[in-house]
Amino acid sequence: MSTPGEMGTESWPLWEVFVRANRGLSHVHVGSLHAPDSDMAVRNARDLYTRRNEGVSIWVVPADAITTSDPDAKGAFFESPAGKNYRHAVYYTKSEGVKHL
Amino acid sequence: MTSPADLSVAGAARGEQSGDEAAQALFDDLIAKDSRIEPRDWMPEAYRKTLIRQISQHAHSEIIGMQPESNWITRAPSLKRKAILMAKVQDEAGHGLYLYSAAQTLGITREEMMLQLIEGRARYSSIFNYTTPTWADMGAIGWLVDGAAICNQVPLCRASYGPYGRAMVRICKEESFHQRQGFEILLELMQGTEAQREMAQGAVDRWYWPSLMMFGPPDDQSPNSAQSMAWNIKRFSNDDLRQRFVGMLVPQAEVLGVTLPDPNLRFNDATGQYDMSEIDWTEFNEVLAGRGPANAERLRRRREAHEDGAWVREAAAEYARKQALKSAA
Ligand SMILES: [Fe+2]
Ligand SMILES: [Fe+2]
Repeated sequence: MSTPGEMGTESWPLWEVFVRANRGLSHVHVGSLHAPDSDMAVRNARDLYTRRNEGVSIWVVPADAITTSDPDAKGAFFESPAGKNYRHAVYYTKSEGVKHL
Repeated sequence: MTSPADLSVAGAARGEQSGDEAAQALFDDLIAKDSRIEPRDWMPEAYRKTLIRQISQHAHSEIIGMQPESNWITRAPSLKRKAILMAKVQDEAGHGLYLYSAAQTLGITREEMMLQLIEGRARYSSIFNYTTPTWADMGAIGWLVDGAAICNQVPLCRASYGPYGRAMVRICKEESFHQRQGFEILLELMQGTEAQREMAQGAVDRWYWPSLMMFGPPDDQSPNSAQSMAWNIKRFSNDDLRQRFVGMLVPQAEVLGVTLPDPNLRFNDATGQYDMSEIDWTEFNEVLAGRGPANAERLRRRREAHEDGAWVREAAAEYARKQALKSAA
């Protein structure tokens, strides 16, 4: 299933845009745009999402190439971490006051 | 591939009563917690329709809003002012695109929105149907029109629909430059010759009332406001935002040395608000009904640009298709 907004019926397909704000940071989703191909998508993304030095690198992905989790099953799908608070450091309290732990 | 919006519409049409009730309860709960609704969440059809209308009208306003200012790009008084004006107009195009993308996540295509606009089936902000006869209008638009837009838009950054709020955050960051460059244009004119000061005051006289109308009808004549506020789309009433805007303008006008064209404008210590003259809503309604100074011209130019650009869109799509075939071979 593609990302929201993808229709498959428009003359130019939809692309999702990810921008790396600076070296050392991940690419982060910033929005979407229409473009006929990947080259134009990158150029459009530069003009649309980095007019003020917001990025040093851009990824574009065709919206219909993105697979997403099933929106109707979101509760069940993300259930497994529930009740497993022992995965978090704050679960362990006996070491309180011990340094560097 | 079926779009997620299609799926949710189909789900609603199936009329799974219990499922819908649970979904409505989840929606109500998210709104009550002031959380955000995301594209794939179930939402009431009226909420979806309201948002599509509001966001697409907003996008159209950004796109049509380029015209009154692009009118002056070739005649800007200096290279610096020309570069600034081009950057601002380009920003407005960007704002339109962010908003069209946000509206699309609700299940309407970009092409449908574009057709609604050029066929005159959609609305956009009436303010852009006024003309810009002098360079000072660029100053007044930035100061007053972008100023009013900012006032309206800052609370929309917290709109309950996630993609709308995110688009507004991006837009608001860019708008502050728009207002400041307009203020600076007026300030420079006000520090110039007598003729320049008159030109600046004339532009303020032209744009002041229309900019106050941008906040929409008075609260007691704004039937949809209550529902939008209940849905956390709208956060403040039209009159509250208008008051806030006027409160910001008064000291700024003093710095500029311009007079706001309302003889009855004064701060009322008893109410803590500005008293002002009655707004001429007949003018507002005339412009809204398509009888403003430039309604026909704005739509004609938008339609021409769309039609004249068709061959470029087709050629680019065809080029992409051929390149894809080549790389597949
Ligand atoms: Fe804008
Ligand atoms: Fe603006």
